[in-house]
Amino acid sequence: MTRAATEGQDDKYKVIIATDCGSTTTKAILIEYKNGEYRQTFRGEAPTTVEAPFEDVTKGVLNSIQEIEELSGRKILDGDKVITPANGEVGVDAYISTSSAGGGLQMMVAGAIKTMTAESAQRAALGAGAIVMDVLASNDKRLPHQKIERIRQLRPDMILLSGGTDGGTVTHVVELAEYIAAADPKPRLGIGYRLPILYAGNNKAQEQVKEILGEKMELVITENLRPTLERENLMPARLEIQNLFLEHVMAQAPGYKKLIAMTSTDIMPTPGAVGQIMQTIAKMNNINVIGVDIGGATTDVFSVIGEIFNRTVSANYGMSYSISNVLADATLENVMRWLSFDIDEKDVRDRIKNKMIRPTTIPQTLDELKIEQAIAREALRLSFDQHKLLAVGLKGVQQTRSLSDVFTQEESGQSIIKMLELDMIVGSGGVLSHAPRRSQSMSMMIDSFQPEGITSITVDSIFMMPHLGVLSKINPRAATEVFEKDCLIYLGTCIAPVGMAKDGTKIMDYKIKMGDKVISESINFGELKFYHLGPDESAEVELSPLKNFDVGKGAGKTHRGTIKGGVVGLVIDGRGRPLIVPSDQKLRKQRITEWNKAMDLYPKY
Amino acid sequence: MAHAYTPGLRVAKKTIIRKKRILPLKGDVVKKVGDRVLRDEIVAKTDLPGEVHTVNIVNRLGIMPDEINNYMLKKVGDTIAKDEIIAESKSFIKWFKTKIESPISGKIESISPVTGQVLLREPPRPVEVHAYLNGTIAETIPREGVVIESVASFIQGIFGIGGEVWGPLEFVAKAPSEALDASKLNASHKGKILVAGSFASFEAINKAISVGATGLIVGGIRDGDLRQILGYDLGVAITGTEKVGITLVLTEGFGEIAMADRTFNALKAREGAIASISGATQIRAGVIRPEIIIPYDDEDAKSALCDEGGEAQSVKPGDSIRIIRQPYFGKIGVVHSLPPELQAIESETKARILEVIFPDSPKPVVIPRANIELIQE
Repeated sequence: MTRAATEGQDDKYKVIIATDCGSTTTKAILIEYKNGEYRQTFRGEAPTTVEAPFEDVTKGVLNSIQEIEELSGRKILDGDKVITPANGEVGVDAYISTSSAGGGLQMMVAGAIKTMTAESAQRAALGAGAIVMDVLASNDKRLPHQKIERIRQLRPDMILLSGGTDGGTVTHVVELAEYIAAADPKPRLGIGYRLPILYAGNNKAQEQVKEILGEKMELVITENLRPTLERENLMPARLEIQNLFLEHVMAQAPGYKKLIAMTSTDIMPTPGAVGQIMQTIAKMNNINVIGVDIGGATTDVFSVIGEIFNRTVSANYGMSYSISNVLADATLENVMRWLSFDIDEKDVRDRIKNKMIRPTTIPQTLDELKIEQAIAREALRLSFDQHKLLAVGLKGVQQTRSLSDVFTQEESGQSIIKMLELDMIVGSGGVLSHAPRRSQSMSMMIDSFQPEGITSITVDSIFMMPHLGVLSKINPRAATEVFEKDCLIYLGTCIAPVGMAKDGTKIMDYKIKMGDKVISESINFGELKFYHLGPDESAEVELSPLKNFDVGKGAGKTHRGTIKGGVVGLVIDGRGRPLIVPSDQKLRKQRITEWNKAMDLYPKY
Repeated sequence: MAHAYTPGLRVAKKTIIRKKRILPLKGDVVKKVGDRVLRDEIVAKTDLPGEVHTVNIVNRLGIMPDEINNYMLKKVGDTIAKDEIIAESKSFIKWFKTKIESPISGKIESISPVTGQVLLREPPRPVEVHAYLNGTIAETIPREGVVIESVASFIQGIFGIGGEVWGPLEFVAKAPSEALDASKLNASHKGKILVAGSFASFEAINKAISVGATGLIVGGIRDGDLRQILGYDLGVAITGTEKVGITLVLTEGFGEIAMADRTFNALKAREGAIASISGATQIRAGVIRPEIIIPYDDEDAKSALCDEGGEAQSVKPGDSIRIIRQPYFGKIGVVHSLPPELQAIESETKARILEVIFPDSPKPVVIPRANIELIQE
């Protein structure tokens, strides 16, 4: 049930406490309206208490809020209740929360055709904040009994069934419903409750689906997520997923009923909230944004390009629990290409496995840090590749595509994320937010995302995007102000001409005017240059790429404009796109050393 | 702050273990509270629904889906035998009839007039849950399983592969730092759970499998060897279902690393006793570590319970610790001091640290607190 009454009331809430219940840590932040602006003022954290011996998520929440009480002097709790509304230094106006504790929301999705309804269903589930365990389709090349066996083995929190356009053929979607009914899958949490299943397919098949699944499962029917071939309608399914998450899945997790009663608005799945804030920011500033949150187990990628929002989760790419999987998929060779020193292959393998089994250890030596950051580059690259594969095709309800487009979705997918049109990359997660030098975060993001043209690179200072995502539902102004002032750290701007040339040949002349100083230089292919440009500074640039290179205005066309600085500065990346690390070992090591030196990444290169 | 807390794996010489034994689906619990059970006894059982097979009748008979019931010879719920005819076309001439036979023995699950598909289900498969360790039923969870209580030595490993097995413990290393010598393994090790020291190579593990050992407990193995044993690169540490012919429990990690004295001695004290071990590991929210449980069969021994290494232990100056990450991985030292403030370490990461003295150097060395494990002897 959505508490819409509380939404959109904006300035009614001047003091807000927000928590994010993660798998391991519950993080609380306090947001206050002071001197005419909203600021994040205090932060507290405590271990999450979903598992034994506590088995009550609210204990960790109360502990994290208590830490804020101690730091701020504000009395927020009365026993285990949040005092509302705020009155002077007592109480808050609202308490809001997100959650990914207990492994988040795990779903299986099904659709008639793999590249059509099944893909739309996958986008709906991911956008709502779920991890998609498997995508089932009539034409996924698995035999019927293999599909049934797979459904039975998985223990999802919820199933999303779609298929067919409204009024079209019902056969495929009914067939999928029959398989699901035969498999009779059990929910992951709670042995005794009925698995929620959301039907968002052909409206003509609703009765048949009800007949097949209605008695066995907790069936909810919503609008078709693909009412016609050229129209995708994901929002009703996404909202229904979040409702079911709250009512069924979270209600099974220990202490959540209490938590739901404590909050002023609905609890959101953490990635759903991060997606929300990304969309708010992109819309308010009218920019295209790509965001990434790299954790220990999973990496989430978000993109807001024009009106289109996409989110993917790479469930097995991360920096601790899943580190070994990054190595397995990226290959050791690709990890080691970012290192300027030699290391025994067997030794690296053992080190990475040891990080996996002891995930809380930290790199003590510089070489260990460099290895971890090399792995991060590969984890980010792989996750972004996966994102690009899914951020394809239809463009929301308003978008109309011609029938000829409908059958070539994978190809049209290339056109959704155009790096030259991207304005900003936002990084989040330990390896990016807590890198010893901010230049390391910037370098990791440039190497893995390979921005083209002119792109701002930023990081989330202390991982508060989830909190701000829920906040944007009840007070969008507070959410954007805090995002701009306290959450987002501008690292700087990356200018990368797109094209390929012979190593060492000139690819661009440029002029940079910073205050009274004017720099007139050029960059050769394979080079990386760096200039200090502070967080409150900007520069006028005139970029004149050579005829085969493009910085956003077309090949060989000059671009004039203003760029923003940051805590790192301005990077001019002449390494070409796609970025190719030399295969010759001697040259590769020399290049890595030069690039590291240019950005002053480490105390020793 | 003069102390810090570090997570540790449990090594208990004698403790009370409560082990949940739960069915995958609801079923019948066959033991009651107070019953003594042996490791190979069944404590709960259920029937898993049989596999489902599909037959598309309408395609095979060339009819419309809504006509299907006119052609079916069986209805939902009917029992069928393999090759029994379940549907046939209508024809005046017997030889022109198309007959559809059942590919399995079982029951008709559903007949769909929408898709024209008939689902057939095989008979249910029984599933039984064994006690896994000797003990007493302390609790029953209606229709789900039991909790078994046992006085036992309990040791957690850091990583493992393979499922639950049991057998007598036999040492194949004289010291914790001794690597497993494959040539020492022979037919007498069949059915045993072997305890090696610091390291087992691919050859040694293979030899253990070939002589029929059921389990191997060792300090470390190489990741490359694990890949060869499994036949693939293990990406995520969720294990326990591997079928490689042996259950493997690593007590320390990857590489050659001496088994902790405390673990080695706790196991040595129980040499010859029957251990129940599992390699199941899950390093995610809700961590599962591999385990070695060695019950004391004289249950009156409850009075003599020993202390154990808890899960969150306090570290103080003078404590023995082990380093669990490079550059001192595996080294043992003594805590010299625990400065409270954050310090920048070589990687420039700001972290809480402690100073350690190693036996081979009198000068204290700085180590991040996140990179140590407490050793309690």
